[in-house]
Amino acid sequence: MTVGIVMLVHTALNRAEQVARHWTAAGCPVVIHVDAHVPRDAHRAFLDRLSDDPMVRFSRRHVCEWGTWGLVAATQDAAGLLLDTFADVTHVYLTSGACLPLRPVDELIGYLRASPRTDFIESATISDVPWTMGGLDEERFTLRFPFSWKRQRPLFDLAVDIQRRLKLRRRAPAGLVPHMGSQWWCLTRQTLSAILQDPERPRYDRYFRSVWIPDESYFQTLVRLYSSNIESRSLTLSKFDFQGKPHIFYDDHLQLLRRSDCFVARKIWPHADRLYDAFLGETGAAARQTEPSPAKIDRIFARAVERRTRGRPGLYMHSRFPNQDWENGVTSGPYSVFQGFSDLFEDFETWLSKATGARVHGHLFGPDRVEFAGGQTLVNGCLSDSVARRDYDPKAFLTSLIWNTRGERQCFQYGPADNQTIAWMMARDTNAQISVISGAWAVPLFRSNRNFADLRAEAARLQRIEHKHLDILRSAHARARIRIWTMAEFVESPMEPLQTLLDEIGSVRNARLAEAPRMVNLEGFGQFLQNLKNQGMHPYLMGDFPVDPVPVNQTSQPRKPYLVR
Amino acid sequence: MGVWQSYRLRLQRKRWRLRAIRKRRELRSVVDRTAQIRPGDILLFSTQRNEHVRLPYFLDYYRRLGVNHFLFVDNDSTDGAYDYLADQPDVSLWHTAASYKRARYGVDWLNWLQMRHGHGHWCLVVDPDEFFVYPFCDTRPLRALTDWLDASSIKSFSAMLLDMYPKGRIDQQPYRAGQDPLEIACWFDSGNYSLKRNKRYGNLWIQGGPRARVFFADRPELAPALNKIPLVKWDKKYVYTSSTHMLLPRGLNLVYDEWGGEKASGILLHAKFLDTFTEKAREELDRRQHYSASVEYRAYAERLTQNPELWCKWSEKYINWRQLEILGLMSKGNWA
Repeated sequence: MTVGIVMLVHTALNRAEQVARHWTAAGCPVVIHVDAHVPRDAHRAFLDRLSDDPMVRFSRRHVCEWGTWGLVAATQDAAGLLLDTFADVTHVYLTSGACLPLRPVDELIGYLRASPRTDFIESATISDVPWTMGGLDEERFTLRFPFSWKRQRPLFDLAVDIQRRLKLRRRAPAGLVPHMGSQWWCLTRQTLSAILQDPERPRYDRYFRSVWIPDESYFQTLVRLYSSNIESRSLTLSKFDFQGKPHIFYDDHLQLLRRSDCFVARKIWPHADRLYDAFLGETGAAARQTEPSPAKIDRIFARAVERRTRGRPGLYMHSRFPNQDWENGVTSGPYSVFQGFSDLFEDFETWLSKATGARVHGHLFGPDRVEFAGGQTLVNGCLSDSVARRDYDPKAFLTSLIWNTRGERQCFQYGPADNQTIAWMMARDTNAQISVISGAWAVPLFRSNRNFADLRAEAARLQRIEHKHLDILRSAHARARIRIWTMAEFVESPMEPLQTLLDEIGSVRNARLAEAPRMVNLEGFGQFLQNLKNQGMHPYLMGDFPVDPVPVNQTSQPRKPYLVR
Repeated sequence: MGVWQSYRLRLQRKRWRLRAIRKRRELRSVVDRTAQIRPGDILLFSTQRNEHVRLPYFLDYYRRLGVNHFLFVDNDSTDGAYDYLADQPDVSLWHTAASYKRARYGVDWLNWLQMRHGHGHWCLVVDPDEFFVYPFCDTRPLRALTDWLDASSIKSFSAMLLDMYPKGRIDQQPYRAGQDPLEIACWFDSGNYSLKRNKRYGNLWIQGGPRARVFFADRPELAPALNKIPLVKWDKKYVYTSSTHMLLPRGLNLVYDEWGGEKASGILLHAKFLDTFTEKAREELDRRQHYSASVEYRAYAERLTQNPELWCKWSEKYINWRQLEILGLMSKGNWA
C-alpha cells in the first residue's frame, strides 16, 4: 500500500517541487495541479524541472480562486488521475504547495495502515459549529453566489442581499446533508472513487458549483454518503485567524511544529528555509507511533486571535485606541479612590498603606501638585509629577499609572479641590473602588486659620463641585464600586465602613482591623457649620451634624489607638 | 465624515502631490541605481544631512532586515556622507542644497521619490537615527512581515517613535562609526505617553517620553509627536502630509483598532540622544530649519546647557521587541 498525494499549487513553485520530491523519494506518487493563473513560462519551467521524476504527474489546469468551484474541480481531476495512474495507492492525501510534511512519510503510512478503511476528513454539520466568518453559514448552501468575493465584493454583497430580501432559497439535492470542515483531507481509495464515480455526480456538482467556498463542503458532505468509518479531523495542521485566513509558520515555529507530532502543516512561509531544511532533511530513523497533538499550537494561535480582537484591558497605545465603552476594561487593574478620608483622619495614607500593603498616594489630581506616594517626583514608567502634563491628558495619566504598576494596587485621595475632568472616567471604570465621605472637605477649612469670608466662599465652591461629582457617581452609567457616606453618618461609626473597604481591597494582611486610624478633633465643627449657615451658606453634604460637639473624640482621653477584640 | 470633508481632503492630497512634483526640481540625481529595483523589493527612503558617522550602522541594520534598495536625499552634507552614500552598491542618491524647511522638512522630496520609484513596493521611510523594530524581528526578516501584511490586506504599519537615551550625560560616551547606537543609548520611558485622535485625518497624535518629561514638562502641548507610520505598501496616489506622522488618503492612518482589539505594530527606536546631539542641536538652532522655528531645538539647547541627563531610576533598559510588547509599547496583533 502507499499514499498518493494531490498537491494544489499556485505560488512558490520551487517549494512545491522540493516537497513533491520529498514525497516521491519515499515512494508516494504525486499529482500536481497548477493554478491556471500561473504564468506560462513559470509553469513550463516547473514542468521541465519535475519531468525527470516518473512518480509526478500533472492534472488538467483550472482557475482556482478562493471560495470558488475551481478548487473542487482541480481536486476532482487530480484525484481521478492519481487513482487511475497509480493502482497501488490506497489513500489519497490532499495538500497544497504551502504544506510541509513534518514527520517522515513512513510514519504517515504506518499510521494509516494501523487504521485501515478510515477516512480522515473534518466533517461537521453546519448547524453545530460556529466556524464560519462573515455571517454566512447556512446561507452558503441555500443562496447562489455568482460573483467573486475577492474581486467583486459590492456585487457579491448585493446578490446576497437581494436573495435574502426575496427569500430565495434552494434546496440541497435529495440525500445530501450539508457538512463542512477543513479543506485538507486524507481519503481511502474506496471512498474517494465512490464519490468520483457516483452516477449522481453531475447533479451534485451542479449544486456545489454555486455554493460558497465549496472546497470546504463538497467532499465533507459527500463523504457522509459512502464512508464506513469517518474520523472527523484533519491530519493537516492548519489554523485560521479571525479573518478566516490561515496562520503562517516561520522558522521560529520549528520546535513547536516538531513537538506537535502532526503529519503535515499548513501554511509555511516560502522563505522559511530552516523549516524546509529541517523537516525535509529528516529521515525516519525510528518510526514513532505517536498521535498528533496540536493543542499547544492551537493555544498560541487562539491567543493571537484574542490579542487582535479583545486586546489587553486598560492599554492605550498606537495600535490600540478603543472608542469609549469599547475599552474592555477602562484601566488594567483595580484601584481605590478615597474622598474625604484624609481630611477626616490624621495621617490616613500611612495608616492605609500599613493596613493594606497597597501603594497609597496623596491627591494625585491636586491643583498644585501630583502627590505621589512618598513624595516621589517620578513613578513607574517614568510618569512624572508635572501638573501641566497631567492636566494635559488626565485620562492618560491615570491609565498609564495603573498600567505601569500592574500587580500592585494603587490607592489615592481625591476631592472637590482636585482636577474634576477625570471624574467621569473613574465612575465608568469597573476597576475603580470609589469611597466618598461627603462634606469632609469642610474639615480642613474648619481647622485652617483663614478669614471667615474666604472660608465661606471656598466652602461654597467645594460644595458645588462635590455636588456635581456625587451626581456623576449616582448616575445610572456609573460602573465603579461606589460608596457614599455623609460625614455625619461616617463619624457615627467609622470602623464598619473601613473594614468593608479593606476587605474589598483584599490585602495580604490579616483581614481584621487591628489599628484604627485617628480621627481629627472635631470639637467645634458643628458650630463651624452653623456659622456657615448663619452666613447664608448652607452646607448640606455632610449630613445632619449636631451643633454640640460630636460624641467621638469626646472622652477625656485624647485617643484610643487600639481596638481590643 | 461628510462628502464635502472628504472632497477637501482629496483636494489637499492632490495639492501635496503637485507640490512634490514641483519640488523635484530641487533634487539633482547623483547616483541612480534604481534600475536594480526588482518587482516586490522593499525600499527605504531617507533624507539626511551630516549624518556620516551614523550611516554605516544604519545601512547595515536595514540590509540585515532585508531592505533591498536605499533611496537617499542628501541635504548638502559637508561631512563626507555624500561620497560615502554614493559609493554604496544598493543606494541611489539625490542631492539638494535647497531649504529643508521649505520642502516641509523633506516630505516633499521623499513624496516625489516615492511617487516615482515606490509605486507597488513596500516602502520604509525613516531617518538615519531611527531603527525599525517589529514583532519577531529577531527571527523573521522584514519580508515575512510585508508578506503577512499583504495576505491580511493591510497597507500601512504603525511604529511609535521611542526616544532612547544613555545613562549619565548625553555627551559622556562618544559614538564611533559602525557602532550600534543602542549600545550607548539603551534606555527609554515605558509608560508616560498620551494619545489623542486627530478627527480630521484619523491618525493618533502621541506625545510623551523623555523629551516631553524633561524638555516640555511645563508646556506639554509643544512636545514633539511620536506617532509614525513608516511602512506603507506605496501607491503613487499616496502622500505623506506631515513627516511620516500621517498620510492621505486618511484610511492609511487607521493603524489602530477602535473596538478594543490590538493591531500589529512596531517601534522606531530613536537613537537621537548621542554625543553628536549637543553639537547638532546647536547647529540646527542656527539654521532654524526645523519644525515650528525649531522650538524643539531651542528647548533642548536651554536644558542641555544645564543638565543633559535624561536617565532616571524608572528608565527601562532595552532588551528586545518582546520586552516592548509586554510593556504595551507595540503589539503582535494576530501575527503569531
